[in-house]
Amino acid sequence: MKIEKKAEGSKLTVALEGRLDTTTAPELEEALKGSLDGVDDLTMDFGGLEYISSAGLRILLATQKIMNKQGKMRVTNVNEVVMDVFDVTGFADILTIE
Amino acid sequence: MPTKTMETEAVKAHLPQVLDFLEGSLEEAGCPMKTLMQICIAVEEIFVNIASYAYAPETGSVRIRLDMPGEPSKAVITFEDSGIPYDPLKKEDPDVTLSAEERQIGGLGIYMVKQSMDDVRYQYKDGKNVLTLEKNF
Repeated sequence: MKIEKKAEGSKLTVALEGRLDTTTAPELEEALKGSLDGVDDLTMDFGGLEYISSAGLRILLATQKIMNKQGKMRVTNVNEVVMDVFDVTGFADILTIE
Repeated sequence: MPTKTMETEAVKAHLPQVLDFLEGSLEEAGCPMKTLMQICIAVEEIFVNIASYAYAPETGSVRIRLDMPGEPSKAVITFEDSGIPYDPLKKEDPDVTLSAEERQIGGLGIYMVKQSMDDVRYQYKDGKNVLTLEKNF
């Protein structure tokens, strides 16, 4: 998986490419660790994301909980496979998907 | 009616080789990309479950078989391990209406498998856990 971070003041965009699964979820967790300090506007760009498994959902949930306390988070450019996962798991209601 | 089998040590690090093994054959059989991705997600959840619990704290092997019987096209994927008897389908479904703060992440994986596959079966047979996924494509 490719992770690209772009910070602009208190705004952070994290763009993912590939698969967010058991193998790659720890990479995202590591990339986000410490990067969210002082961020009040987080965008997760899923334009290049093929799919997400429950290991990826775990990271998304933890990140959403952090952002609930300090600002907002949105998920953008979600493909059909990922959207199905969000719908089935109720994550479509937890996340702000644009 | 092609059948392919692989056997590997049930450890999380082997997930990529399990997916490679299945993806190649499914692609060749004309499985659409979306269905293929759904199968990959389901296979990951089952494989990681086995890797995490079947032999803990030791490790052991898991045999994975892919059958693609006739028309209409269908993938039948069977996992066999000799670990402790465990039926993951008996696990209660998670409440998917809870807010982020109330959420427990456990149980979501198996729930996703049940929702995305056409059939999921478990049996304990000859000292083995046998879990079968079926997906039409």
